[in-house]
Amino acid sequence: MGALSAVRLLVWKDLTLELRTKEILTAMAVFALLSAVIFNFAFSPSPAQAVTLLPGMLWVTLAFAATLGLSRSFVLERDQQCLEALRLFPTDRSLIYLGKAAANLLFLLLVEALILPAMAVISGIALLPHLLPLALVMLLGSIGLVAVGTIFSAMSVNTRIREVLLPVLLFPIASPVLISGVKATAGILAGRPLLEVLPGVRILAVFDVMFVVLGYVIFEFLLEE
Amino acid sequence: MAVTTQERAVAAKAGPDRPATLIWLGLGLIVIGQFMAVLYAPEEVTMGNAQRIFYVHVPSAWVGYLAFAVVFGASIGYLFTRRRSFDLAAYASTEIGVVFTTLAIISGSVWGRYAWGTWWTWDPRLTTTFMLWLIYVVSLMVRAYGGVGSQAARFAAVLGVIGFLDIPLIHLSVVWWRSLHPLPVVVRPEGFGSGLHPAMLQALLVNVAAFTVLYVALFSVRRRQMAAADALAELKNEDHRRAGTQWTVGTQEVS
Repeated sequence: MGALSAVRLLVWKDLTLELRTKEILTAMAVFALLSAVIFNFAFSPSPAQAVTLLPGMLWVTLAFAATLGLSRSFVLERDQQCLEALRLFPTDRSLIYLGKAAANLLFLLLVEALILPAMAVISGIALLPHLLPLALVMLLGSIGLVAVGTIFSAMSVNTRIREVLLPVLLFPIASPVLISGVKATAGILAGRPLLEVLPGVRILAVFDVMFVVLGYVIFEFLLEE
Repeated sequence: MAVTTQERAVAAKAGPDRPATLIWLGLGLIVIGQFMAVLYAPEEVTMGNAQRIFYVHVPSAWVGYLAFAVVFGASIGYLFTRRRSFDLAAYASTEIGVVFTTLAIISGSVWGRYAWGTWWTWDPRLTTTFMLWLIYVVSLMVRAYGGVGSQAARFAAVLGVIGFLDIPLIHLSVVWWRSLHPLPVVVRPEGFGSGLHPAMLQALLVNVAAFTVLYVALFSVRRRQMAAADALAELKNEDHRRAGTQWTVGTQEVS
């Protein structure tokens, strides 16, 4: 079986599971909405303030929602001994990483497609004119979060403290994503020319490439018994 | 005090007891270095005596970075060879690195209060060092809760690789903010140590050497301790096997 079809099969497996239970997507989406609401309770920003607060609120919401989804990613695999079966999958084991990461990314992007308009409505900011650059930054950031998050998800699910360990592992390592993501989003919303946010976009892109490759190489070490 | 055969067996497994000389050498150098820092090096023109914390701050930060570089190397070594000695090296170095990075952050903060008027600022180097500290504190958490057998060692090694490679990216992203940290005075394009008074540079170098020796000494002590703990657990398990009791003390060899 080719690498691509193996990854596709793995994504399809996670998608089928999710369509039957809908537990991860529902939890992520509701949680993201809730944190958006809580931010507005906490800051009750005026429209002028909202422009400066929105980037931070958006990325914190995304990071939390991603953590929630990622923490579930390997729970079923482990509890139902699916990981044993995946290990027997007649292909390169690193492809399991790509498959899981791709499924996680898909879930996160779906939640983002929901939360972005919701935040625009709640905060009263017109995001539509900035949609394209914003989508690019969010996509790059999401890939980064998921690339690292999938590694740590596979790790933390095998430990005693599971869900507690994942965010603690994820946030320091993913800090370049959050810093660059927030800063680039702020620049875009302030209507700055794209050239000014380019350093951030570049950091995000480098982070993505580096950690997808690293995850691919290192994942094998996490799957051993 | 009588030494039992078992104690001798543990000591033999843990390896020879060499660190004592290193510890004395390190402590001696630190006494000389601090003496130089206080009495030999001249007073800095703008910062006054507060600048003298530099002779603790810079060596601590150096040892922190050195220790984490050792963790990186040992982690790679462990992942590819699975030799327990690499794992012990990574573990011991993580602990020492966290201690010295803490020292660097605290001494820097005290100095910052005096020089900048604030305990903390989100300057690139401060932020990067703080994130670095967090990563290796988490690594100690992974060691503590990472699970049975060699799993914790494997996970910590993975984090040791990922964390170290992440540092340049963290730094780049934080540099995208403004910088407040004093510019480099030791390693500069105009030549090594050109930003410093010669006596200051000498005092600094002695302290860096002293801290480095102390790191090596602490490292060997801690590694030997861990190896002894391993050997002891192994002996205990052997006893239990002989007595027919089932439970084992968790070490990587046994589980």
